[in-house]
Amino acid sequence: MTVVDSSPSTGPAAIDAIPLRHPWRWTAAVVIIILVGLFLYGVATNPTYRWPIFFEYLFNERILLGVWNTLQLTVYSMLLAIVIGVLLSVMRLSPNPVMKSVSWVYLWLFRGTPIYVQLAFWGLIPTIYANIQLGIPFGPSFFHLNLQSLSIPFLLATLGLALNEAAYMAEIIRAGISSVPEGQAEASTALGMSWGMTMRRTVLPQAMRVIIPPTGNEVISMLKTTSLVTAVPYAFDLYSIATREIAARTFEPVALLLVASAWYLAVTSILMVGQYYLERYYSRGASRKLTTKQLEALAKAQMGEPHP
Amino acid sequence: MTGPMVKAETVCKNFGALKVLKGITLEVPKGEVLVLVGPSGSGKSTFLRCINHLETVNAGRLYVDGELVGYHERGGKLHEMKPRDVAKQRRDVGMVFQHFNLFPHRTALGNVLEAPVHVKGVNKKEATDRARDLLVQVGLEDKATAYPAQLSGGQQQRVAIARALAMNPKLMLFDEPTSALDPELVGEVLEVMKKLASEGMTMVVVTHEMGFAREVANELVFMDAGVVVERGVPRDVLSNPQHERTKAFLSKVL
Repeated sequence: MTVVDSSPSTGPAAIDAIPLRHPWRWTAAVVIIILVGLFLYGVATNPTYRWPIFFEYLFNERILLGVWNTLQLTVYSMLLAIVIGVLLSVMRLSPNPVMKSVSWVYLWLFRGTPIYVQLAFWGLIPTIYANIQLGIPFGPSFFHLNLQSLSIPFLLATLGLALNEAAYMAEIIRAGISSVPEGQAEASTALGMSWGMTMRRTVLPQAMRVIIPPTGNEVISMLKTTSLVTAVPYAFDLYSIATREIAARTFEPVALLLVASAWYLAVTSILMVGQYYLERYYSRGASRKLTTKQLEALAKAQMGEPHP
Repeated sequence: MTGPMVKAETVCKNFGALKVLKGITLEVPKGEVLVLVGPSGSGKSTFLRCINHLETVNAGRLYVDGELVGYHERGGKLHEMKPRDVAKQRRDVGMVFQHFNLFPHRTALGNVLEAPVHVKGVNKKEATDRARDLLVQVGLEDKATAYPAQLSGGQQQRVAIARALAMNPKLMLFDEPTSALDPELVGEVLEVMKKLASEGMTMVVVTHEMGFAREVANELVFMDAGVVVERGVPRDVLSNPQHERTKAFLSKVL
């Protein structure tokens, strides 16, 4: 038997190899850059794009109002949709048969009809239900509200978008919940947690990792779906203002569609940054790879330095 | 109370038409260790899960510390317990699983803290001190901030034991705690379990570790096809099995 001396006093020299070359990557990159450059040159010099008009309206007061309204519609309806979506998916998975059925019927209805039609219906609600009364059926009324006297297209648009989106969010959340291994709920139950607490503390936080990427998709999709609120009709979102209000008056559809696109693109980019950080937060513990902080601490321990 | 910690009277359990437990009767006195062995599919894990009502018993009676599990008995009739009351019963029974089932999104310390803080409502500082003590007990004080995915199987199982102990259970259930471990890691988990037994914890252990059974258990119960085939002091049963099925099983695992 031999004893191997493993002390790394004079280890072998570090590898200093010549990296693998990738000539075709370079060729492809050059070709793509030339093509894109040509296209951009064409866009910049083609007078029908009306760039001066584009810049004139990019920060126009009405356009900024449209951006603000679109953002509000997106945020409010998405928040509402997530809350209702969580409720629906938890109801769908609950052991209670009444909740299960209610959730199923909701999904069937709101996923099965077009969003544009739903928005039009929401716009018609004040016509269909002119008065809201709260009381005992065929008996006295305690509360009375005349819907037609209110001007609530923004509220109706938000509700319409949210209730439709909730159906899709419910399915995304359900997929996330189902992705959490059964043993997790079992361990929580064995520790004496209630079903609700198991959902809140154990299952949903782990489901988030699966839920967030498609939800980011839904937020970005919602940002653009807000352009359908014209069906309510609500006329002060970005798309309506750019096209129906300004372009229809100035006869400059190309420049104003570009203005609207630029703003949609800018907001989407910001949302993507937010999504990146959310994903990072909820992926903690998901990988056995050590964090930078943990690696530093280990390297220090290896060097024989004391813990900080 | 001075009665047994676990008392099973002809406990039966079926999944649909499949009869998994066909009348298990046994007792585990306080402070003793019972080891359940038997071939897979013999019902030993199912019986363990019945003890903390993860599975519902179909017939017979099961008592933990004199209390009927999962039901109230009033006027000779059984009434299903509210989920809240079942949860309360489970708090006093710790369970350790074959696949650890640690919470992957919480650190080792967070795993141990979870139930005392959120189920029992112990204040966070007090619970943290106790959780650190428990991690010391299982030899993992330096792994408090590590996530389960960064721990070896043996370390994860030791955290899982600490997590169960954090609720100060009067009974610990172990469901094949070393079956998913590399051979070299089995020892460290058994070591922790031995220490626990020597401190007087009442334990019911499903395992294939006959060495552990011989050394630690007060009684060994051999189950097959949903019935208790043979039982006795581990040393006797292991070295001198009486029943054919016990002999056949032991010849394969020893």
